[in-house]
Amino acid sequence: MTISTGVTYRLKNFELKRNQMLKIENLHATVGDTEILKGLSLEINAGEIHAIMGPNGAGKSTLAYALGGRPGYDVTAGSVTFTPLPLAGGAGGGQTSDEAPPLTPPASGRGTDLLALDPHERAAAGIFLGFQYPVEIPGVSNLQFLRESLNAQRLARGEEALSGAEFIKLAKEKAALLKMDMDMLKRAVNVGFSGGEKKRNEMVQMGILNPKLAILDETDSGLDIDALRTVGSGINAIMRKPDKAVLLITHYQRLLDEVKPDFVHVLAAGRIVKTGGPELALQLEEEGYEAIAEAA
Amino acid sequence: MNAPLPTRRDESWRYADLKALEPVWAKLTGPEQITVPAGETVSRQIAELPVIDGVGMIDLDVTIGDKATFILHVLAHNADYGRIQVRATLGNGSHFELGGAILGAGKQTLEIVTETIHAEPNATSNQVVRSVLADTATGSFLGRINVARHAQKTDAAQSVKSMLLDRGATANAKPELEIFADDVKCAHGATVGELDKQALFYMASRGIDPVTAKKLMLQAFIADAFVSVDDDAVRDAIEGKALEVLEGLS
Repeated sequence: MTISTGVTYRLKNFELKRNQMLKIENLHATVGDTEILKGLSLEINAGEIHAIMGPNGAGKSTLAYALGGRPGYDVTAGSVTFTPLPLAGGAGGGQTSDEAPPLTPPASGRGTDLLALDPHERAAAGIFLGFQYPVEIPGVSNLQFLRESLNAQRLARGEEALSGAEFIKLAKEKAALLKMDMDMLKRAVNVGFSGGEKKRNEMVQMGILNPKLAILDETDSGLDIDALRTVGSGINAIMRKPDKAVLLITHYQRLLDEVKPDFVHVLAAGRIVKTGGPELALQLEEEGYEAIAEAA
Repeated sequence: MNAPLPTRRDESWRYADLKALEPVWAKLTGPEQITVPAGETVSRQIAELPVIDGVGMIDLDVTIGDKATFILHVLAHNADYGRIQVRATLGNGSHFELGGAILGAGKQTLEIVTETIHAEPNATSNQVVRSVLADTATGSFLGRINVARHAQKTDAAQSVKSMLLDRGATANAKPELEIFADDVKCAHGATVGELDKQALFYMASRGIDPVTAKKLMLQAFIADAFVSVDDDAVRDAIEGKALEVLEGLS
């Protein structure tokens, strides 16, 4: 048994290494009449964490919204192909993907045209968008919101809805991971939450929804040092898995101390102008965006 | 009704559909008299209007005794022209509670018109009205509050919020306060808005389809009108009815 597990794991790594999850090609996007993304290309493989850094107005949030399908962010050219490994099943939304991930990577060319999907279908396909400014929904409790969300995704994937008890168990577990008490989960979505609480709530949602790809838009903004650490370890615990990937949009090096990226990209004027390893983030911190964007 | 047909010059009828009203006016009976004896509580829920030829009318004249409470919850939806008209006269230390939802679509004209008379001191009143209006429907709330000269320590509150689902829909909200006492609290607030697009996208980004997202938001929006129903089963019934109507709107 032990031996076969070992074999599986090596095989899995081998397969996953080649498993491209997201392929963005020559993406152009406009907001109103202004073109913000001007031919952005990016590839993300399963198991990888990518950080995107860049000056204000470079198009970082536009990239997140364009991938999430937000109305008003119009893609005018380019393509986005999403090819997740099949979602691990089981109660709790397949929370234990590090134990027994399904090893059937989709054949090449079988990915989903992400841009053809509605926002809620993108979520069901396995994409999670972490908001820079999480939205308040008065009158709808966090628990109700999350249960509706999770079960909508599960039903869309042909899985069974979780019962109330199963859901509460899962919610408790994920809230504890982010040091959030159940009373907060009973309150209306983000209403009266501090900036830090809203961000932690985003991570609790991510834990419960268990996505394949998390696109986190400035999840670190507005966090104090302790909250940053909690959120960082939350991201690691939930998303640092061989069958998952993260696109981390951030301004600062600090979050990257907690969540170590495999790749760092510099986004300037709607395109990725430079790509490197974690050392690029340090260099940016030291020299600033301008110097690097100009040299690129 | 023996009284002459109202005209739009009468302030409390200014948004009414008088054309629809005219043919049925003679068939309407006058207001129903309700007396709440001192110290007692009377609750009434109206989930459907009694409709004659497309016109649904509820007309109540309520006298609330000293330290008594009258609680009214209404749902205005099932009429081409629907009007819920309440005149409440409050005794010393009494309370009047109104929770109402107006759910209109098509060419419906629906309104809740109240006259709250704080005739004696120490009485409180609280009115919460939520409207959801689609197509070219019109929903109105006219709330008049009179505070008599000696009705000190009156505490009267009105909260009126309307949600317009379509460009052609109309919401009217008109608080009207006549206060002759000087030691009183009269709070009133009114908003008119549409579904929060950011919240809709936020919900979509979590996997909730647009129809369900809209339903959840509208459900939460009108829930305010029914929080004051103290019996859970009664609240579930009237909220359930409201939800059923809401589903028809979207």
